[in-house]
This record gives sequence, C-alpha cells and structure tokens, in this order.
Amino acid sequence: MNAREEILGRVRTALADVTELDPVADVPVAWEYGRATAMADVLARFVETTEDYKATVVRAPAGDVPARIAELLAGAGVATAVLPSGLDDAWRAAIAASGVSVLDDEPQLSRAELDRIDAVVTASAVGIAETGTIVLDHAADQGRRALTLVPDTHLVVVRADQVVSDVAEAVARLAPAVTDGAPLTWISGPSATSDIELSRVEGVHGPRTLLVILSE
Amino acid sequence: MTIRTDGLTVALFATCINDVMFPGTPRAVVELLERLGCRVEFPMEQTCCGQMFTNTGYFDAAVPNVRNYVKAFSGYEYVVGPSGSCVGAVRHQHPMLADHAKDAGLAAEVDRVVARTYDLSEFLVDVLGITDVGAYFPHRVTYHPTCHSVRVAKVGDRPYQLLSKVKGIDLVALPDADQCCGFGGTFSVKNPDVSVAMAADKARHVMATGAEYLVTGDNACLMNIGGILHRQNSGVKPIHLAEILARTEGGER
Amino acid sequence: MTADAQRRTPAPPAGTYLGMPKFQKNAKPALANEQLRKNLRHATGTIRAKRVARVSEVPEWEELRRAGEAIKNRTLRHLDTYLVQLEESLVRAGATVHWARDAAEANRIVVGLVQAKGVDEVVKVKSMATQEIELNEALEEAGIAAWETDLAELIVQLGHDRPSHILVPAIHRNRSEVREIFLREMKRYGTAAPEDITDDPAELAGAARRHLREKFLRARVAVSGANFAIAETGTLVVVESEGNGRMCLTLPETLISVVGIEKVLPTTADLEVYLRLLPRSSTGERMNPYTSMWTGVTPGDGPQEVHVVLVDNGRTNALADPLGRPALRCIRCSACLNICPVYERVGGHAYGSVYPGPIGAVLNPQLRGISHEIDQSLPYASTLCGACFDVCPVRIPIPDMLVHLRKEVADHKKGTPRVEPTAMALAGWVLSDRRHFELAQRAAGLAARVLPHTTHLGPMPWPASPWTRARDLPMPPPESFRSWWRKNREEGR
Repeated sequence: MNAREEILGRVRTALADVTELDPVADVPVAWEYGRATAMADVLARFVETTEDYKATVVRAPAGDVPARIAELLAGAGVATAVLPSGLDDAWRAAIAASGVSVLDDEPQLSRAELDRIDAVVTASAVGIAETGTIVLDHAADQGRRALTLVPDTHLVVVRADQVVSDVAEAVARLAPAVTDGAPLTWISGPSATSDIELSRVEGVHGPRTLLVILSE
Repeated sequence: MTIRTDGLTVALFATCINDVMFPGTPRAVVELLERLGCRVEFPMEQTCCGQMFTNTGYFDAAVPNVRNYVKAFSGYEYVVGPSGSCVGAVRHQHPMLADHAKDAGLAAEVDRVVARTYDLSEFLVDVLGITDVGAYFPHRVTYHPTCHSVRVAKVGDRPYQLLSKVKGIDLVALPDADQCCGFGGTFSVKNPDVSVAMAADKARHVMATGAEYLVTGDNACLMNIGGILHRQNSGVKPIHLAEILARTEGGER
Repeated sequence: MTADAQRRTPAPPAGTYLGMPKFQKNAKPALANEQLRKNLRHATGTIRAKRVARVSEVPEWEELRRAGEAIKNRTLRHLDTYLVQLEESLVRAGATVHWARDAAEANRIVVGLVQAKGVDEVVKVKSMATQEIELNEALEEAGIAAWETDLAELIVQLGHDRPSHILVPAIHRNRSEVREIFLREMKRYGTAAPEDITDDPAELAGAARRHLREKFLRARVAVSGANFAIAETGTLVVVESEGNGRMCLTLPETLISVVGIEKVLPTTADLEVYLRLLPRSSTGERMNPYTSMWTGVTPGDGPQEVHVVLVDNGRTNALADPLGRPALRCIRCSACLNICPVYERVGGHAYGSVYPGPIGAVLNPQLRGISHEIDQSLPYASTLCGACFDVCPVRIPIPDMLVHLRKEVADHKKGTPRVEPTAMALAGWVLSDRRHFELAQRAAGLAARVLPHTTHLGPMPWPASPWTRARDLPMPPPESFRSWWRKNREEGR
C-alpha cells in the first residue's frame, strides 16, 4: 500500500468513533465569522497600533500623498527605489522628481540587484486597526513578494477605506484574493526578534524601516 | 456576634490526610459550622477521595474509594470538606472513575453526591450566604490560593472574602500567589528535586511578606510549603483556613 | 572534533532523544545550573507578563478559545475528508503533494527532492515538524547543509545544541552566551561575527542578518513547515517575526514544506480565529511581524516548484485515542511552557524531545509510544496544577490528559515487579474500607506515642528521603480526627 492510502486508512481507523459524516453537523462552531471589533475611531487606532510597532505613520489627504512619499524617502536617506509596475503614476512621478533613482522590476531584478536597492514603495490591500497590521495581496501596485522583502526600507500607502477594525474583517476582505491564488504578506511593523532573552529588537532580515502613509 | 442558620445538617468530609495528619482542621470545621447553627455529622464509612491513585494512574485502586464515598455520603443534602483538592477530585474525577468502572448505577449515584459536595468556603459563601463568620484572628496572614482549589474546585476568591472579614486580621498579598507550590501529590516524591525547588520559591515569597501565618484551604500544600518553612526555621506558621475561621474573640483556641 | 571536519553544519550533541533517561534524572543537572535557572525565570516571566497584557485586551477571548477548540475538533474528527480536500487544492494550485508515514520516509522524500535539484545546501524556516523528524541530520548525512535561519534556531545550531522551547528554542541561553557562540562559530560556516561585537541583542541580531544574508541570496532550495494548511484553497501559512521565513518562502526557486497532517484547517475564514489566538498566546503580541500565505505556485512570484510533504509520524496514534486526540489541536504557541512552574525550573532539555513542557508531556508519549523510559516519565513531569489549561488557546485539557496517560503507563507497568504498583496496591487496600483505614490510623498514632516530643521529622532514609531531604515532615498527632469525634461527639449523643 502506498503511503497516502496507508495514512488515510490509519486516519479512518482512528476515527471509528465518529459516526456523523457531515463535519459541520458533527461539530458545531459557535462563532460568528467576519465581525467587526467595536472601537471609537478605527483610523486613530490603526495609527496608534502601527506606531506601537516602531513604524513611522503619516496621515495625509490623498492629494498630498505624492509629496509625502518624496519627503519620507528623503528623510530616510533613500537614493534608489524599486517601484512595482502598477504603482500610481502620480506617486511614481513625485518619486522620480525628488531625485531618487527609480528602478522597475521588468525584467525581474535578481536577488543581488534587489539587495543593492535602498527602498521599495507600494500600495497595500488591507490595514488592520486593532493589530497595527498591513496586508499585501501582491497586486500590480504592490509587486511580487521579493520586492517588499529585500530592500531595507519599505514605504507603504494604505487608503483609509482599506482599514478595517480587526483580523476577522480583514480575513473576510482578503478571502477572495486567497481563493484566486494570490499570496498574502501580513506586516506588523518592521521585522523583529525577541529570541535573545525575550528582549525585542526591531530589524532583522525583513525591511528594518517601515514607513506608512495613511491616505484619507 | 451570633449568626444562626436554619439548622442545616451537614456531613463532614474530613479527608483522609486531615483525619490522620491534621485532625485540628476537621475539628475546626465542626466548631465553626456548629457555631453557625449547623448540625454536623461525620459518616464513619468515609476514607479517601482516591486522588492519589487516580493521579498516579491506578484507576482500579481508586474505584473502591468512589464507591465508599457514595456509600458514606449519599444520604446527605450537604457534604462539606476542608480541601479544594479533595473536593475537586470528587467533582472532577469521580464521574470519570465511575465510567472507568463501567458501572452506570455508580455513575448515577456519583452525579447525585457530587452535586451536593462543597468545599468549606463554597458552603459558607454560597449555601449559608455568609462571608463574616464572626472570627477573630489578630495576626499578619498571607493566603496561598492552592491550584486545585482555584482550577479544579473553582472556589474563586471565596476564601479571600472570608478572610478579609476576619476581625483583627492583617491580610498581606503573596507575590506570585497563583504559582503552584510544587506538591502535586506523588509528584513531590517522584520528582522531589523539582518539587523542592518550587516549594522553596513559594516559601521565599511567603517569608518576604513578613506574615506570621501562611493560610490555605488545603493541608497537603500547607504540609509541603510548611516543610520548607520549618526546616528553615522561618517562624512562619502554616494554618488551614478553617482554623482561622473557627477562632473567636475570647475563644480558647 | 575530527568528525566535525567532514560535516557541512555544526554537529548536534551526541546521543538521541529516545535514549535519554527519565525526566527526573534529566531535571537534576538543570536544577543545579544557576545560570539556566536565572535565564529561564527571566524569560518565562517576561513572556507571561506580555501574554496577559495582550490577552486582556480581547473581551471575547474565551469565546475565541472555544471557537479555536471547536474548529480543530471538527477538522480532526473528519481529518481524512480534509486531507483529501487539501491535496486536491494543492495539486490544483500547482504543488506536488507527498505523503510520509514516519520520520524516515519524510526525510527520504526531502533528501530526494533536494538531490534532484543538484544543490548541496538548503535554507530553513523554523519548523517544529522538521525538528521532530530530525531532517537536518538526514540532509547532513546526504552531504546537504541545512542552514537554520531563525535567530534562535541559529543560536542552537551554531551552539551544537538542542532546542529547549517551541517558540524560543534558545531560551536557555543568555546574551553573553550567544555572543560567545557567534564569535566562535559563525566564521566556520560563513560570514563571521565582528570581532568587537558586544552582547547587545541588537548587535547580535545584526550579526545574524549579515551571516544569513549571503545564504538567502544564493539558496536555490528552501525547507519550511507550516502553521496552518487551508483545505479549501491549498493555502499554507507561516507565522514568524524576523523575515527569515519570508526570505526562505520567497527567494529560492524550490520550496519544500513539511507539514504534520493535523495542521489542516477547513477554510480561509477559520484563520480569523487562529491569527487572533496565536500571536497573543505565543509572543504576547497583537500580531506577529510577518505572516506569509501562499497557494501552490504563483507565476512570476516566488518559488516556481512547490512541494508539500504531509507527515503522520505517530499523529494517527494520538488520533485513535479519543482522550488523546485533543493534543493534536495544539498550534505550538508555547503558552503552556511559559506558564508551567516545572518547565520554568528545569527548562526544555529534560523532556527529551523537541516538544518540551506540558504539551510535550502529553504529545511525546502519544507520538512515540510509551516503551521508552523518557516517555514513561513525561506524564509524571507535572504537579497537575492546571495553569497550562487556563492559558491554552485551543483549550487542550492537559492535566486530564496527563492523568489519562499516567493510567496508560501504570497499565503498561502492571505485572512488572516494581515498588510503585505494590505500594499503590497496599495503599489501595488501606483506603478502600473504613476498617482497614482505622487499623492503619492506629499504627500512625502509635508512632506518635513512641516519639511523644517530636512534632516534625527531619532528614530520613528512603523511602522518606525524597520528601525529607529539604522539607520537614509533620508527625501525625496521637489522636486522629475520628477518634476525637467518637469521644467528643458520638458518646452521649
């Protein structure tokens, strides 16, 4: 018997006590999915929790976003930035005009090339207020996963209408992308470790600087 | 101060360890409940809750204890024991042991008796509805909430409510109170080194409070921590909750 | 260290987990190690406080725990259905699915896949399943270097050590020990640590970043585990902090994920429960820094060859026992380790497994059976204080399971001439009946009358020595309670 058949056979033998064949009828789950978590001000909470993770957060009217991007990149000393193909043209123009050397990922940059680039600028899919999390679904305005991983600075723009209260609402919004096969990256602050004496250190392998613009 | 209840009849579940090693505790329960107007009976058939056997894996040896418990207490409306651990074992393990024995009759009896079994603190607060039992104990005391009283019997803060109403008491908080003292029944002899390390930390916290007395609702844990306190000549005296609640102003004890 | 010279990666300590003596013996040196005790007390205390703070922010925590319990129960009770569905979804998404009955088979599959790519190294995401099957050593034997990339796993690997905690495998090491390990070992396996490095955790993390970056940039094959595998979509989920996971999951051309069969969840929606339960229980954070989800192969993004190895390795043994089954709900958060007073004092190595602490004490005897001394001793490595259940995000009744496993061990030992079954039989006889009990009471009372001025017993020979070595034992008073009752209440009533 092959391993697959044998393991499934073991599982079925092990579950001889289970007589109800419908999983949902067999074990009810008393949980209402996709609920919002009540909070006074979702956007304010998002800013608070994201800053709590040592990310820099700037709130800006949508029209000011290009200017804010340029300022933040300059403030971080960014000389080179890679931009995903679907990034907002106005943002792209502002970055180029600010003197930052702009690279595209077409054809795809090698790992070594990515490693020499200072920053990446992207949009996002969802922001989660309660946890200070930004989720990328790697659509064209966010690019493939390596872009937001290898460069040491990640500037990400989250639209106010993308911010939800908590994880449950976020999962509900993201489920269609998962079904479509899109990878997701959930980011809560810059990379961090607590592996030495449980002492939190920000900045290990992922981008050590996370800059967030909340576009309203 | 006199509190009279309506003459409830209570069966005292002394527990085997108290019967042999700490008879002062069940005596204090008798005095306390009688003072509160209850009629206390002690069914002589009782021995042990069987926890030592169950928790060591010897279920068959525990089943006779379950039968014995049912036999001793089935005729009573209220069964009261001064031990969160033994009461917890009756509540939590006796139904499981009756199932193990594959004895449906026993299981039904167990369910009935278990529902009528109370830790002393539960009986006082929930059944008699009293937190001020008229006790007097002018000493500095720290309270250790024993694991089984809190997590198995689920007595909550009832012992604390009772203690805080004792006249003259100086109740001081115990650091890391919710950590186990390391007794764990046969754990204390099967893993003596870990057990002693835990008990020593607990004793250190007790001594840091400057208390004269360490109080719990379980004499087994008290014996464990007290064993360290005595060895180290700490001067801190272990005492069961019942023995504080039994003392009155001008009383002999 | 001649054998070391031929190795690609640092050698782990000699000996096997299953050859370890019983827990009690392993605990002794750990308890005597003051530095270890200090490291553990500090670390577990810190993480406990963080957990409490983050859990108390969620008013519906208990409701969440119950949902976490129920969803896992549903999955486990219909595991065959969900595994078949997971396989279909993975294949549809372009992944290749492999099944492994045990550790040896899983290792053979992974080694074969790596060899087929013609490479001699892999980068690894921290994964309990690969630790459990001891994949690194299987790869080493095949001449393939497996580089651990999680900081704590790196400390363990470079330290020729074993993990002692599920979440923080190097919890037993303090910063100065980590500095020494990095200075001594990094240069032998890649980019050296700076000679002037201090023991500041930020500097040490920086050294790990530099040491591993070259490996990330060149690796062609990565090996991961998965925290969750979604049956309806074939999506795998890895929850992490440092970004090493993202590096491994994204940069290499080939990704091999070793996943225990109990990791499956029915739907994407179910993640909302576990992504709230896990970080708060585990690291005491509202959310861990990075979570990656991928569904087979994404054209133009990440590994273009994706393998998933579904591993049994004893899980169906646990599944077959309805009282043992709840252990498979475990999401490896470590909250039970951090709260456990026994773990806090002896650390993880005494448990003889990559799964230490309370969950290890119930999981190992089920995954491995109870024929070895270490696995027979694990169910007794607990005071049954119950703190582990209170913090478990999926409500695994660890104390009840420990008692159940103690029965299995006691049954296994029955008939062997040992002290314990005899003592239990004797005590059982004494306590089974009032007359026997009273007889024994008189004997105890007699002892008290022989030593009338003794209130406590000091150090005594065996069998009392385990108790009295550090603790005095009170003497039973001459008069039992029932004797007092007879005199004072029954007579004249």
